[in-house]
Amino acid sequence: MSRFVYADNAATTCVTPKVLEAMLPYLTEHYGNASSLYSVGRDAKTGLENAREKIASLLGAEPGEIFFTSGGSEADNWAIKGVAHEMAKKGKRHLITSRFEHHAVLHTFAALEKEGFETTYLEVHENGLVRPEELEAAIREDTALVSIMYANNEIGTIQPIDELAEICRKHGVLFHTDAVQAVGHVAIDVHKQQIDLLSVSGHKIHAQKGIGLLYVRKGVRLQNLIEGGAQERGRRAGTENIPAIVGLSAAMEEAYRDLDNKNAKISAMRDRLIREALRIPHSRLNGDPVKRLPGNINMCFEGIEGESLLLMLDMKGICASSGSACTSGSLDPSHVLLAIGLPHEVAHGSLRISLNELNTEEDVDYILEVLPQIVSRLRDMSPLWERIAAADKQNGSL
Amino acid sequence: MAYSEKVMDHFANPRNVGELPDANGVGEVGNPKCGDIMRMYLKIEDNKIVDVRFKTFGCGAAVATSSMATELIKGKSLDDALKLTNKAVMEALDGLPPVKVHCSVLAEQAIKAAISDYYRRKGIDPTPIVGVIPECDHEEGCSCSL
Repeated sequence: MSRFVYADNAATTCVTPKVLEAMLPYLTEHYGNASSLYSVGRDAKTGLENAREKIASLLGAEPGEIFFTSGGSEADNWAIKGVAHEMAKKGKRHLITSRFEHHAVLHTFAALEKEGFETTYLEVHENGLVRPEELEAAIREDTALVSIMYANNEIGTIQPIDELAEICRKHGVLFHTDAVQAVGHVAIDVHKQQIDLLSVSGHKIHAQKGIGLLYVRKGVRLQNLIEGGAQERGRRAGTENIPAIVGLSAAMEEAYRDLDNKNAKISAMRDRLIREALRIPHSRLNGDPVKRLPGNINMCFEGIEGESLLLMLDMKGICASSGSACTSGSLDPSHVLLAIGLPHEVAHGSLRISLNELNTEEDVDYILEVLPQIVSRLRDMSPLWERIAAADKQNGSL
Repeated sequence: MAYSEKVMDHFANPRNVGELPDANGVGEVGNPKCGDIMRMYLKIEDNKIVDVRFKTFGCGAAVATSSMATELIKGKSLDDALKLTNKAVMEALDGLPPVKVHCSVLAEQAIKAAISDYYRRKGIDPTPIVGVIPECDHEEGCSCSL
């Protein structure tokens, strides 16, 4: 193995030395329970509240609007179930989302449907974007909540969040966004953007796994998901995971430092990778080429299957992911790729490469050296590719 | 998901991959919608499989089961080749993850499809000898997946 290239940063990231350094004192010295009166508890409490303030300021929120959770999935579940159950008391039992949300949102919607809630799923069209006018048309008198992800986890498309939130505010409907893929890569100001609820996960931006948060705008009522002690102002029980929270704060601070320059560097790598990889015949880019996360590349290579591609990339030291059925553990390929209208056989051959600031131009060179060889090796043994190539030949001779 | 070393070996270095220009029995199973297609080429002389090749579109397990299946039938009589079960292919690969069992079924079916083609070319109805190979109709729920 000549190189190791980690290019699956949308799946998870490493904890950076800076984040670890910020966390360590809260594991070994300030390990007290934040609810305790003695000094190690008070030190922990101070660390917790400093982190909350820092994070709030980075998101344009008030500290009292930040509630720490076990991660993005809990934040999504809490936001949607909490609002749905609260608003149902007022007779509002209709919820809106999009077809290609993360399963933390889609499965929560499915669970609420079983309880009798009504739902509408907005189309995301070929470019992977929700159309604001279609959201406005879907809003009803009894709509309680709209939940649209900030940026998609597979194809990286960034939704017109400001417009969507504005429509919701105008119609008096609460707006939640799963911003797990966006935070740390896109500047966010929840108050200015009129976002009512926003989910964050730490491990996508160099914090550890198992920490996230839900921003809840002051005045928004939602029922508790986790009952127990009085932590998080009585709204989310459980002893605070202070080392992880301090790590999340350090990670977000680091992510938003010099964001524009960092994004310029990452998106230049992304665009070069896409441009060069598209030279492979019968390849395509999935999702809008411009309105996408700086590090997201999602492509399909016809005639091959995604898991085989990933295994071969892994043998060459490259970590990436795919939306093929075999990697999703079901019979169907990714619901995201089907939602943007890809046929099954094309969606099976998808590859997601997600770069971040730790990747280099040399990584991109290496991926571009290895990828075409692997695609052609797999195509050489593929009966499906044989058909595609034969059809090309016939079209060419006409 | 963890593949055995044998699966990874057959995926990384597939045996008998490619086409066989003088094949006298060719069979293909699976479909692109399901994400796997296997094609087997057999050269049969005196009821014996003297050469075999495969081409597969599919996941790591699909490639590995195709490769292992070719090894298991090469040099065998048609009767013996028809006795090859998906279970034997799996065992030879030191097992497959449960969601990948259907790949071994495809490998077994691909061999049967190629032998059927051989009989058909000779003007012999293969059904009494080989049996019926189920077609995958993805719309109806993937029957290729067990």
